[in-house]
Amino acid sequence: MAAVQDGPMELDTEKETKPEILSDGTSKLSGNAASGTLSSSPLTAGGAPKQEDQQTLIAVLQFLRRNKLSESVEILRREAGLEDQEDSQTLDGSGGGKGDRDGGEANSLLSRVSITSAAAPQSTLTPITVKRANEQLDVSVVLSAYSQQGDPSLYQVYYSGLKNFIESVLDCHRAELSQLFYPLFVHMYLELVYNNHENEAKAFFEKFGGDQECYYQDDLRVLCGLTKKEHLKGNEVLLDFRTSRFVLRISRDSYQLLKRHLQERHNNQIWNIIQEHLYIDIFDGMPRSKSQIDSMSGSFAGEARREVNKVKVFHGLLKEPEIEVPLDDEEDEAENEEGKPKKKKTKKDSMGSKSKKQDPNAPQQNRIPLPELKDSDKLDKIMYMKESTKRIRLGPENLPSICFYSFLNAYQGLTAVDFTDDSSLLAGGFADSTVRIWSVTPKKLRKVKSAGELNLIDKESDDVLERIMDEKTASESKILCGHSGPVYSVSFSPDRNYLLSSSEDGTVRLWSLQTFTCLVGYKGHNYPVWDTHFSPFGYYFVSGGHDRVARLWATDHYQPLRIFAGHLADVTCTRFHPNSNYVATGSTDRTIRLWDVLNGNCVRIFTGHKGPVHSLAFSPNGKFLASGSTDGRVLLWDIGHGLMIGELKGHTDTIYALKFSRDGEILASGSMDNTVRLWDSTKAFDDVETDDFTAATGHIHLPDNSQELLLGTYHSKSTPVTHLHFTRRNLLLAAGGYSSQ
Amino acid sequence: MAEERRQKLCSVILPTESMKAMAESVGVGSLQEDSCLALSEEVSYRIKEIAQDALKFMHHGKRRKLTTGDIDHALKLKNVEPLYGFQSQEFIPFRFASGGGRELHFYEEKEVDLSDIINTPLPRVPLDVSLKAHWLSIDGVQPAIPENPPPVPKEQQKTDSTEPLKAVKPGQEEEGSIQTKGQGASSAEVKGSSAKMVPLMRMKPRSTHELSVEQQLYYKEITEACVGSCEAKRAVCVCNKCYLFLFQVRVNVVQNNLALLIYLMRMVKALMDNPTLYLEKYLHELIPAVVTCIVSKQLCLRPDVDNHWALRDFAARLMAQSCKTFSTTTNNIQSRITKTFTKALLDDKTQWTTRYGCIAGLAELGHDVIKTLIIPRLSVEGARIKAVMDGPVVSNIDKIGADHVQSLLLKHCASVVAKTRPLPDMVDQYKVDYGYLGTMLCSHVVKARAQAAFQAQTVNRTTLTITQPRPTLSVSQSGLSTSSGSRAPSIIKVPSSLTLMSTRPGTPTQPSPPATKYIVMATSAGAASTHYLPTAPTAILHSAADYTYPAMRVKRKKSLTTMVEDLLCNRS
Repeated sequence: MAAVQDGPMELDTEKETKPEILSDGTSKLSGNAASGTLSSSPLTAGGAPKQEDQQTLIAVLQFLRRNKLSESVEILRREAGLEDQEDSQTLDGSGGGKGDRDGGEANSLLSRVSITSAAAPQSTLTPITVKRANEQLDVSVVLSAYSQQGDPSLYQVYYSGLKNFIESVLDCHRAELSQLFYPLFVHMYLELVYNNHENEAKAFFEKFGGDQECYYQDDLRVLCGLTKKEHLKGNEVLLDFRTSRFVLRISRDSYQLLKRHLQERHNNQIWNIIQEHLYIDIFDGMPRSKSQIDSMSGSFAGEARREVNKVKVFHGLLKEPEIEVPLDDEEDEAENEEGKPKKKKTKKDSMGSKSKKQDPNAPQQNRIPLPELKDSDKLDKIMYMKESTKRIRLGPENLPSICFYSFLNAYQGLTAVDFTDDSSLLAGGFADSTVRIWSVTPKKLRKVKSAGELNLIDKESDDVLERIMDEKTASESKILCGHSGPVYSVSFSPDRNYLLSSSEDGTVRLWSLQTFTCLVGYKGHNYPVWDTHFSPFGYYFVSGGHDRVARLWATDHYQPLRIFAGHLADVTCTRFHPNSNYVATGSTDRTIRLWDVLNGNCVRIFTGHKGPVHSLAFSPNGKFLASGSTDGRVLLWDIGHGLMIGELKGHTDTIYALKFSRDGEILASGSMDNTVRLWDSTKAFDDVETDDFTAATGHIHLPDNSQELLLGTYHSKSTPVTHLHFTRRNLLLAAGGYSSQ
Repeated sequence: MAEERRQKLCSVILPTESMKAMAESVGVGSLQEDSCLALSEEVSYRIKEIAQDALKFMHHGKRRKLTTGDIDHALKLKNVEPLYGFQSQEFIPFRFASGGGRELHFYEEKEVDLSDIINTPLPRVPLDVSLKAHWLSIDGVQPAIPENPPPVPKEQQKTDSTEPLKAVKPGQEEEGSIQTKGQGASSAEVKGSSAKMVPLMRMKPRSTHELSVEQQLYYKEITEACVGSCEAKRAVCVCNKCYLFLFQVRVNVVQNNLALLIYLMRMVKALMDNPTLYLEKYLHELIPAVVTCIVSKQLCLRPDVDNHWALRDFAARLMAQSCKTFSTTTNNIQSRITKTFTKALLDDKTQWTTRYGCIAGLAELGHDVIKTLIIPRLSVEGARIKAVMDGPVVSNIDKIGADHVQSLLLKHCASVVAKTRPLPDMVDQYKVDYGYLGTMLCSHVVKARAQAAFQAQTVNRTTLTITQPRPTLSVSQSGLSTSSGSRAPSIIKVPSSLTLMSTRPGTPTQPSPPATKYIVMATSAGAASTHYLPTAPTAILHSAADYTYPAMRVKRKKSLTTMVEDLLCNRS
């Protein structure tokens, strides 16, 4: 699994490291130092002068060998002059078993990736081979990189030497260089463990484990359990740490300072680690302050590289389709002209998206093929517009009313809630693998009649839609059974005909809300599926789970259309962008990624959370993203610039629900701490100055104004808030399961 | 801190003994120490791994509690067969056993008789999931309905009570208060005061306590009813529980307002006599107040002339009554009270007033107490009294005190001695036994014996009727002039200039509108005063409608509400 994720990343690495080294004045030296242990013989093959290629070659070799292409192996080895590598490779035989399994799985996944991304130009045959080989390497080769040696007893000396140095440098550099501590610590510890120096490793951990930043606690806890080489192989967390280079952003001055120090001391051990396992993103300009660094760090693999967030994202909204408003509408004047009444409305609710002219940031209308609007959808749109004219304008002086739906007698079993967009239905997912649907309006839920009965209906009659419903089945709630494990999320389709549910059993199920039966079970995630979400236009949906990938599906395909791989840990939440062209995913690796639905690329990586991300919300205009995590903080992101623009502190427990009001003026957050909090999002977005410099460097100074932005805190008695929803008129609905103790 | 915890986690592995025990349980007899160690490390690592995965399931299940189900799911992730059978929600039924130098936790599997299970009636079907909607907020304001929590969270109450002077942030105030839609301007005042309501139970130096509007109202009504002229009203009022009582006692003790103290004690008496009240919950407030009235060094402004002795007697009787009624093996009131009194009594430096109170308090507790605690001290006390009486000129106060103690001792001891001592009452013998007091005691005993023989009826002391031939409770603002046998007048004129009711405005430093507040100042000097300003009737009505008593426990809150309502009814 880990292997797959690295596929797309690897190419980036190669692209990016090259200029980095070249731009560096002393690239020769650093390059040599990096390759020091891996190869002493000069490398001539393939016309690739980079050290990375050597690993690639080994990878290819291994791949060939595994596929019993012994002749090719011979030839390649001769040409590459890699005789001496052979022995070191055999050492990894023990890891082969696991490698094979992973590799196999990886291959199958990858083939799908290559199918789905066949349109993308980069997936020609050769890179795929290389990639695949690389992936097989991950487990064994990547670990074998640790086999390099140093005196285990000196590790403490090295580390404390560096520590002393960093503590003695000027204040402005200290904060930046302190970032090195954690990755170095982990890598040195792993090296010790890998080389069977268990006691040294423990001593090392005891001595320096306490120095690490508090937000790495969780990882350290995993780390401290690891004391044996055998443990390393099965532990995905650490494999990730190895396969993905830890990214640090350091100013040029600080970097030079560090390099000089390490060279003076001939501290090769540390230098090797920095060269091999870390990616140092050097920037020109002022070193960052401690708070600036802290706000961005905390993720599993360091900060996002600046290049990653440079891709243009079309965050504008799509043009609304024109809908002819029927004449008999009592609200509208008898103007027969198309679009005219609508135009009037758009002025009222002042949402730029609906204006006639195209939003410059919007994607092309047909960038992603969207389903055609049906008649019923058009009717719904008209309803929506009518409702939105009655919408309350929210603001700091005009807070929304909150209606709280408590699930009684759920015995702590409520795991997920969703409302339909028009707030007429409510679905709850439960730990006992059922999904229940309630009608929150007086209108009862009815099934469609059976086929035999439907035959008897007069299909020409005007009220045929009424007649097909079976009155006998009318009830306020329905139970959907089918999953074989706790249901972790539910999501209504925008047209209210379908419901998605994802479960521990590894499936996503599509239910019909006409017949209240299961239509499809989408199998693909073999592990628990934590979240699923329908596209705002229907048809597509996205799911994410324990297998660390998010998948894009279409309701009429039983296989995924895209696989978004890159997260280093479980994908915990998934959300569609309002224009349906992008998907945001939050993960246990404490990052948020934005993926392009068109080509499956990762276009944004947001780091800064200090705990698993459990909720995401796009602002209605598509420009901003809010995310909440277990650390009780809400972070706000500017998608266009790829910047963190706000931090909302106040909650004391995991935030499971986030929602912007319909006009985006208020952000509501709901948490395990039994509160709903309202935040002034307009102010939060306006306060941030996004001049060119901050946009270019990404060094944002976050104003600490959570208290000013907090508009209200509403405690429930003993009900954690699981879901929040703004009705079309901006009434806030909250839901959660009452827990008696 | 967290780091320490982690380091501890790091070193935690299962003991090798567990490995041995587990090996034995699956039939592996002898396991090498090395294998045990290797096993325990491996097992610990795997367990930690599984626990970490199980946590994920807990988080996604949106719970705070890890369940056995989560562990099952985590095992499933690892392709391990889950542990079947642990469905217990609350506890894991491990049993503990030790023997042969080993300690063991094991899962007790009882043999179950199927017929028992079949024959037992089916348990009630658990209720189905249902949905209930309520308003968490209306236009940004949380309505005070039962579904919502009390407006001020416990933590804030705590900080409010411990740091009453801490300024309330404007934002917090808005959140913390309750206020229903359409209450308009008057509710804003209520809001201000209710957010800062503080309990008055604690008397701290240099702190300002403010009473809420409701409390002011209630205080006023209670005071009027107790002190005022209407006996009927007093009965109604006194029948209600009075939590402000202690506060009043304290204020009045500090003010040395004997008259009010007496009335307050009578109120306690009324409370105790009311069989429909459950005072147990309020004993912690009542008892200190009563004890204060018994043993306080000074209860009135002119201890030489005022008859505070009567108050002490009365309070001591009350104390005895409450001991009798409420003392249980758990609260142990009687022994605690006895201890308190004895300690003070044994102290040489105790003043005569307190000494008097202690003896009175002890004496009221019954004959056994007198016999065991007071009679042995008679000679010591006698010597002390003698020193004051016969000694050089001392202050008048001491003399009066000694005099009172003497008569008190004689009165109480005589009856006891009369019962316990064999008949020949020889003065000399008494003198030997009891010292200075012997002579007088002898004559009292003789009198008592005669009286007992004559009347042969005992006095019921616990139900305190005022016709008893002992110093009755009476109000005497001007010395000892009241005749000791007369019944206390039931209508007492309290001077209207009583400080309690002064109409001076509140201290201007208070941020909230002073017009609706009592401000009780307690300073380190011990002087206390209360200021009262009349409240606008509308405000009162509103405040009664959306009562808030954040400082009080829920039950008390209810009772108080009913009280306020009662009072309002009475008023109208």
